[in-house]
Amino acid sequence: MYRYDEFDAHFVSARVDQFRDQVQRRLAGDLTEDQFKPLRLMNGVYLQLHAYMLRIAIPYGTLNARQMRRLAHVARTYDRGYGHFTTRQNIQFNWPRLKDIPDILSQLAEVEMHAIQTSGNCIRNVTADHFSGAAADEILDPRPYAEILRQWSSLHPEFSYLPRKFKIAVTGAPHDRAAVQVHDIGLQAVRDADGNVGFRVFVGGGLGRTPMVGRLVREFLPEADLLAYSEAILRVYNRYGRRDNKYKARIKILVHETGLEELKADIEAEFAEIRDGVLTLPASEIERITAYFAPPAFDVAVGDEAVLEAAIAADPQLEAFAARNVHPHRAPGYASLTISLKPIGKAPGDATAEQMEVVADLAERYGHDEIRVSHEQNLVLPHVRRRDIPAIHAALAEAGLAEANAGLVTDIIACPGLDYCALATARSIPVAQRISERFASPERQREIGDLKIKISGCINACGHHHVGHIGILGVEKKGEEYYQITLGGSADENTSVGEIIGRGFSYDEVVDAIEKVVDTYVGLRETPQEDFLAAYRRVGDQPFKEALYGTA
Amino acid sequence: MKALTANRLIDGEVVWLGRSGTWVETLAGAWLLETPEAVAEAEAAGAEAEAARLIVEPYLIDLTREDGEIQPVRFREKIRAKGPTVRLDLGKQARREVSAA
Ligand code: HEM
Ligand code: SF4
Repeated sequence: MYRYDEFDAHFVSARVDQFRDQVQRRLAGDLTEDQFKPLRLMNGVYLQLHAYMLRIAIPYGTLNARQMRRLAHVARTYDRGYGHFTTRQNIQFNWPRLKDIPDILSQLAEVEMHAIQTSGNCIRNVTADHFSGAAADEILDPRPYAEILRQWSSLHPEFSYLPRKFKIAVTGAPHDRAAVQVHDIGLQAVRDADGNVGFRVFVGGGLGRTPMVGRLVREFLPEADLLAYSEAILRVYNRYGRRDNKYKARIKILVHETGLEELKADIEAEFAEIRDGVLTLPASEIERITAYFAPPAFDVAVGDEAVLEAAIAADPQLEAFAARNVHPHRAPGYASLTISLKPIGKAPGDATAEQMEVVADLAERYGHDEIRVSHEQNLVLPHVRRRDIPAIHAALAEAGLAEANAGLVTDIIACPGLDYCALATARSIPVAQRISERFASPERQREIGDLKIKISGCINACGHHHVGHIGILGVEKKGEEYYQITLGGSADENTSVGEIIGRGFSYDEVVDAIEKVVDTYVGLRETPQEDFLAAYRRVGDQPFKEALYGTA
Repeated sequence: MKALTANRLIDGEVVWLGRSGTWVETLAGAWLLETPEAVAEAEAAGAEAEAARLIVEPYLIDLTREDGEIQPVRFREKIRAKGPTVRLDLGKQARREVSAA
């Protein structure tokens, strides 16, 4: 894992001091709200419906047990005993007091965490595949590059006042688990025929009110050019991105309005000027950063499979868990585990302080001290021995964290929605809870198979509804909550934006409507292996329309 | 009928302008604004409280009387007045007993 060097540590603690001073000046009346707001946003502090909200960065979703315990401590001491893990691999606290936030930030700085650039029109927390460094299908660990991008983008003087926020995601595997094509820049690590590392570069993906799939601008960007090329993209965006209208300010609109070819030419021209300059990454620097992410010393495991199999044979709960929440690891005898933060009927992504501590303990005891946050709002233990899975499962079950639903219909992404968010037009959490309860039966979930439902409480699309196989968007109609359903979205290597199926449904109707969609899919799929997307792409929306609205 | 609401600067707590000109933590204590004069007076008090760093971003909300109880018209404001609908143990709804103060 990356460790702060002296420069990083100094930088973060100086930032805490600076913010402490800003809060004091605000409370003393030396700063108005208009002056203070941009400053608090630069430190992850929002004002939400009930209170302030603090968003803390978890770079590329990686943290260790000590950091997780500190988050638990913050939850317990300064908040209401829980936190909300988000689709951007961050954590949000919903109830901090402004006067306590400098103390919270200084507690976090002690464990090398901060809230810098989790808000505002800057380059946000870089996200990555949650199985990085572990997945069997990985070409290379993308986290060193995410870290390099993080260092380059932190307080980058030229890019602190962009036209709008800017999000970068990186994956190192052919199967994209990081949704790179819905980011402003999406990077997919590849190797050329000679084994050199490079990136496929996508630009201009995004969700929000104008969802767009990123466009490929480079088939192979050599790793040494990663920063120079990123800088070229940001420069072009910074210069031409629209500042007159915040709904048209993201780079996706620039790509759309300028046209891909012209924009590509602009980027290449800018790149030509700065390439082979100071931003070129020396191999030694890549090596230095990569060393922080060296894989742990995996034991050569013997007999592990038999231990696990015997335990599975004796415990149907464990069998279900192993079938859904255990993922193939590159090292023999190892696996990555998904810890579902979607227990039936609970708020997606929420974890209590006690649960965070259980996860921290398990990571330390069985998981080489590593934890990940997934963009699907779950936690992951990336490196565990297969023989330890029964013990881990038992501990998780005791903490209410053993739901065997990873990737199933109840593994729902939902944004905070109107229960917390000041921008919301409808609630999303209780919709997720009711769907989860409707499909609670494990047999039924397994019969349905892989299915991604994603819910947002307004058009900003923090809940990724556009790229849900089934997406739900909450809107307000005549003072009532209304829910629009989209079908056919996907955020993997075949990214697509879902299409609205028809008129929306009331809060009371929406769960029945979702059930009809799911039942229709199960009824028409050719084999149980044909997943929702494949079936939808084969038959189109007609059968779903008929099921929802009749034949009219 | 309206009331003036805001968040308290120091901790973010949702507050309403009360009858005596203080900022109260429950809607039950809010000053019900029934005339344009009352609204103007409340808004002036809001601007003053903002300048005095007690609150941020004051704004008016619409209220109605439902079954004898004062309720915000908008669902958003109902949630602000009570707390998250998914966590009845949090927010103002969790401390009904002390709301009279
Ligand atoms: C609660 C306070 C939040 C506020 C005020 C907020 C605000 C916004 C806004 C204004 C946008 C649209 C930006 C644009 O299109 O230019 C947006 C997009 C987004 N937010 Fe949030 N958000 C909040 C919480 C969250 C949470 C909890 C998550 C993760 C679960 C999240 C993740 C995202 C994502 C993934 C997008 C869409 C991707 C994109 O930028 O194109 N946000 N948010
Ligand atoms: S999608 Fe809308 S309601 Fe949901 S968190 Fe984002 S801004 Fe809030």
